[in-house]
Amino acid sequence: MSSDFDKGRPMSPHLQIYKPQMTSVLSIFHRLSGIILFFGAFLWAGWLIGLASGPECYVWVQNLALHPLGLFVLVGWSFVLFYHLLNGIRHLMWDAGVGVDIPTATKTGWIVIVSTVILTALTWMQAIVWGALWS
Amino acid sequence: MSMRTKLGQARGDGSAKHGVGHWKAQRITALALIPLLLWFVTSFIIMLPAPYIMVYEWMQSPFVVTMMVLLAISLFYHGYLGMQVVIEDYIHGEALKITLLLLTKFASVFMGTLAVISCLVICFK
Repeated sequence: MSSDFDKGRPMSPHLQIYKPQMTSVLSIFHRLSGIILFFGAFLWAGWLIGLASGPECYVWVQNLALHPLGLFVLVGWSFVLFYHLLNGIRHLMWDAGVGVDIPTATKTGWIVIVSTVILTALTWMQAIVWGALWS
Repeated sequence: MSMRTKLGQARGDGSAKHGVGHWKAQRITALALIPLLLWFVTSFIIMLPAPYIMVYEWMQSPFVVTMMVLLAISLFYHGYLGMQVVIEDYIHGEALKITLLLLTKFASVFMGTLAVISCLVICFK
């Protein structure tokens, strides 16, 4: 008796040999970005604690954030945040039963990727303007 | 009201009956976080290079403190719910799983409370 494999039928997804698809990659990155943002929330709380702890402490936190390396982390963080937020809206749509078919899921996936880049870019363009205004 | 039969309830089979609550809480906090985070990122970008006293005075506004407190609560609640699912999915050893779940819960509640208290300290000082 020949197996499904011999007949060339689709097999269940064994991740090691599974061809990555846009939808599956976005799904994995949703989880990964969530984990990153969970740890990011602790840094966010650190900013508030710094503000509550007085000017010296706040300036220390601010200098850390405005250091080139700190800004690099913030840009990456904002990208991950916008991705999780936009893809989260995509998930909420699915929960409401909207756009669950594959062509629409692919389309909304691309919308999420493009919008993430646009929102990140807009955010840091705004940052440059305000940085110039305060100094 | 439960849809389960009396026999089904008595047997106690099936789920722990908390799944729907988790699912709903995750989505409600997600919905709340959409406006809260868009507001925060926009404001934070403006406030990041600002002098301490400007940020401090900004935090005195009742609207800002309210948004910040709600953000702290929703963020750590949503974060915990998400991490709980991740831990339950990938950690199979019972002892390690429970340890990590408790650590995540305590850390989330602690930092969430610290963030809320920090907001209140700033606005009432």
